[in-house]
Amino acid sequence: MSTRSLVHTKVRLRVRVDPVACDAFGFCAELLPERVTLDEWGYPVVDGTPVGSELVELATRAAAECPRRAFHLERVVGDR
Amino acid sequence: MTTSTLPRVERLLHTGPGGPIGPGLADHLALHGQVAIPTGDDPAWAEALQAEVASSGLAGRGGGGFPTAVKWNSVIRSNRRPVIVVNAMEGEPASAKDRALLAWSPHLVLDGAELVAALSGARSVVVCVADDRDDSARAAQRVVAERQRAGSPRVLAVRRPPARYVTGEESALVSWLEREDARPFLRVNKSVPLTIGRRPVLVHNAETLAQVALIARHGAAWFRQLGTADAPGTTLVTVSGAVRTSGVIEVELGTPVEDVVQRSGPTAPMSGYLVGGYGGAWLAPELGATPLAPAPLARAGASLGVGIVVALPTSSCGIAETARIARWMAGQSAGQCGPCVFGLPAIADDLELLAAGWADAGAVARIDERSRSAVGRGACRHPDGVAQLVRSALTVFAADAAAHAAGRPCAGRHRPTVLAFPAASTLSGGAS
Repeated sequence: MSTRSLVHTKVRLRVRVDPVACDAFGFCAELLPERVTLDEWGYPVVDGTPVGSELVELATRAAAECPRRAFHLERVVGDR
Repeated sequence: MTTSTLPRVERLLHTGPGGPIGPGLADHLALHGQVAIPTGDDPAWAEALQAEVASSGLAGRGGGGFPTAVKWNSVIRSNRRPVIVVNAMEGEPASAKDRALLAWSPHLVLDGAELVAALSGARSVVVCVADDRDDSARAAQRVVAERQRAGSPRVLAVRRPPARYVTGEESALVSWLEREDARPFLRVNKSVPLTIGRRPVLVHNAETLAQVALIARHGAAWFRQLGTADAPGTTLVTVSGAVRTSGVIEVELGTPVEDVVQRSGPTAPMSGYLVGGYGGAWLAPELGATPLAPAPLARAGASLGVGIVVALPTSSCGIAETARIARWMAGQSAGQCGPCVFGLPAIADDLELLAAGWADAGAVARIDERSRSAVGRGACRHPDGVAQLVRSALTVFAADAAAHAAGRPCAGRHRPTVLAFPAASTLSGGAS
């Protein structure tokens, strides 16, 4: 990939839950309530809203603290 | 009852003047004609077939509706030889089309599988038939043996995964083939092919492959003579419910839903149509003219699914039927994801209470909210399908739901329901 295309490609961050791995510990919602809510059974609900630079640190921590390694911060290139 | 004017189409389920053709390869070739399948790699041929299927507009008939020729790109560029999986699992209780195809045109399905194998460089084809479908499995075994005897250069095998709704889901099927664990897994990027060992896998619905076999013979222009510009070709539809002849029929895509029912001989006034299957949606009778094709169905809040139409008579209770489906679907979950494990039974609980007239005042809102919440939160789309069906029921049977919520259940809730588990479907052969 050329430098030029890197410049012009929107790289955004987003959180994602692996629903198979998730066991509803809920740490993600504690650490990142801006992007995670819990449903009535304690499972996280996330939307596709990008994670801005102000939340990157918290989101990274939420991913690291998940006991099931089910919470991920991932790059989204382009549209969604 | 009026006679249907819907023209018969017989591309896949060719009955001919004397009924269905014999099951042998010779009969098959006599009816459909020869088709050249290269024994080795032939890039020019492969490119031509892919282009033909691309211009035919064929989309997968297993519920996803993804363009078939585009799906091949994921494995064609791989430098490993892929495995072709024929998905004839038919976990959907209201569907009988895989059984119909394997009973009536098994060689057409295998033609398609071998064509895709030749196109993608695959040397093995695995036909998956659920372990409770012995008749279909025997039919598949028979044609596989016949083709090996006839000198197919590919290894053809029939496997019997466990009969369960989600086993037919692509990732679950591949997971079972690889490690006998028939559970779906999360695929973040669907353009990355599934694998068995290190080989990429192409999973195709049985009907999709049969359509490929026809396009290889007759071409894209012929394929497009039926159907609509956006949804070309024919498709198999399993019709059941309040009709005289339940079973599998072949119709042009774009045929109005009520015409499909009309052809099967409606026996009562209808309160709705279940379209797409147990993960599909209810369509109000006023929307009966909706063409059976992905885009118009989507605008009506429904989906084509695997081609199912169940006609619900006014004597049945749509809420009670939906409760039964939701309960069954909850039991079919692979049990992996919280939103499915907890959400679906909770939805079924409230629907059952509602149908009985015992629900509390918040039940309808709760069912709706939990259905919305289940969408997009599982590894597969099992909960999404149930949610779509349940929410459509709250719309189509809104008056019933309100009456039941006020403690007035339908008399029809105790009647033997028209939705069988699984649907007792027969082929509606030459009788039309």
